[in-house]
Amino acid sequence: MIWNIIGTWIAAGLTLAIFSFLYKDNPFYKFAEHLYVGVSAGFGVIYVWAFDLKPMLVDRFVAEQGIERWILLIPAILGILMFSRWIGKIGYLSRLPISFTVGIGAGLGITASIQGFLLPQIQATLLPLTTINNILLVVGVITTILYFYFSREFKGKSSYLLKLGIVFIMVSFGASFGYTVMARISLLIGRIFFLLSDWLHLI
Amino acid sequence: MDKGKNLKLPALFCKGWVVLLVVFIFSIAFSQIPRVVVSEPLSAPNGLKAYDKPNDGGSTIVLKWQIVPADTIAGNGFVGYEIFRAEHRDNDFENVGFALRGSGVYEDQTTIDGKDYYYYVSAVYPEGAAASDYIGPVQSKAQWFNLARLNVLIFTFLICFLIIWYIERAKKGEKLFIRKIAGLDAIDDAVGRATEMGRPILFSFGLSSITDVVAIAALSILSKIAKKSAEYQTKLLVPNYDPILMTAAQETVKQSYTEAGRPDLYNPTNMPFLTADQFGYAAGVDGIMLREKPGAVFWQGYFYAEALIMSETGHSIGAIQIAGTTAITQLPFFIASCDYTMIGEEMFAASCYLKPEPQMLGSLKGEDTAKAIILAIFVIIVIIGTAGALLHKSLPFLNTTFEYLYNWFIVQ
Repeated sequence: MIWNIIGTWIAAGLTLAIFSFLYKDNPFYKFAEHLYVGVSAGFGVIYVWAFDLKPMLVDRFVAEQGIERWILLIPAILGILMFSRWIGKIGYLSRLPISFTVGIGAGLGITASIQGFLLPQIQATLLPLTTINNILLVVGVITTILYFYFSREFKGKSSYLLKLGIVFIMVSFGASFGYTVMARISLLIGRIFFLLSDWLHLI
Repeated sequence: MDKGKNLKLPALFCKGWVVLLVVFIFSIAFSQIPRVVVSEPLSAPNGLKAYDKPNDGGSTIVLKWQIVPADTIAGNGFVGYEIFRAEHRDNDFENVGFALRGSGVYEDQTTIDGKDYYYYVSAVYPEGAAASDYIGPVQSKAQWFNLARLNVLIFTFLICFLIIWYIERAKKGEKLFIRKIAGLDAIDDAVGRATEMGRPILFSFGLSSITDVVAIAALSILSKIAKKSAEYQTKLLVPNYDPILMTAAQETVKQSYTEAGRPDLYNPTNMPFLTADQFGYAAGVDGIMLREKPGAVFWQGYFYAEALIMSETGHSIGAIQIAGTTAITQLPFFIASCDYTMIGEEMFAASCYLKPEPQMLGSLKGEDTAKAIILAIFVIIVIIGTAGALLHKSLPFLNTTFEYLYNWFIVQ
């Protein structure tokens, strides 16, 4: 019980210290910031060990048999190569795991984007121009794509297409802005509720 | 006569009782008969089919059957269907699954590829079960190609072909035109402004990791900024969220400083790893901005909810801010709080414009051509759809064509 109270007071104090940033930089904010960065970095190290390295490499290396066991050495060696940066002469070896990761990311990204974004979005906009909604959607898609067409300079009358495209983009951003602000306000409400309820017991 | 009559009365009386008895017996018997006749035998599922699941990685057999009549009547207590399987038809069949009522299909996902299986389906009633005839042998197997995703393959080949085609053309020295992005001039202005004010430059990748394509584009932009900062001898700060991206960023900056002829200015401690926690990183970057007061801030990469927190702080210290991200949800915040924002693909175009290498130029040109082709296909299908909707009586084939084309884009 006493530990809960102490924990609540520490959390409330750190919340207020972070909020004090709204006034200006001050020692309380600095303390909370450094504590947060340090604790989260430390937590990250433990997390990687507990949820990645140990279960996916160490434990599996012990448990697996045959080729499935030895294949785990490949990611282990790639991981170790990252430390070669500290040894000047062989520092270039650290580029191997980086290029391996970039290659995998790019390769997986191609099909994932086509399958997950491109084709579904094309299909969703294949609409007959029989309603105002459909016309707006189709015109919006065409002009927006033209805005992101970089191989040609749009001058004169064709530049209006780009302007129309940016209007559509901005309208969508405006809607997204309002929607996200509402979501952020709910986060603020959550924090203020913690201060007033758990800490001060006012509500 | 009277005697005779008297004699006949008991006989008639007796006969009456006999008749009544017979009627009674028959009525009971007939009352029982309809129950036996009306009560139909429990019907078993008909039309059972079993086949390997198409376009999958194996280990699945699909069973289909016609649901029994009792399954169509609500509230009669009909339970569902039990699936039985055996490896030989003479073996004991074992229960391998259950399909709820109303369902005429079941996928057995526990098969071993290449092995024969026999199945039957049993309809489960409150009063018992009725089994179908068995079917088999049937085998599951993996398919090399998922033909249902042929559309993905075609588009992947198309886009890859175009990109490789343009890269080869760029390698041969062909000049490929890329229009200039508005925010690009601002990069030089921002670096110059920070130098004039005697303040450092801050560059952040946000929460990008090295596997994000946007991070690769951001590295090109960082390279350009690093080169300028080396020329102007302006301090460049790059706080990092991802340790691997930090390594790549340090390599990039080191290279740029060397190219600018000032490798002595390179200081890796200006590019520290902060934390891999979202808001911990935001707090750290905010702190650095308040203390170091950079004159120019670059937000280039992938950002989440921390975008506004950091860019608002940048605005409050009076820095010129240039953002670029593909995070659609964060773009509105950057547009509201930064001086220039590169929207989505503009960032890739910017990195390409700054570093016009054949690979980057070819990629962008290939992508642009793919866009043009997609746009043309899109316009043609929309015209067919519109004409089909307006002329559906006189030209019904247009609607059919539109539906076919529409369904072709479905990804299964």
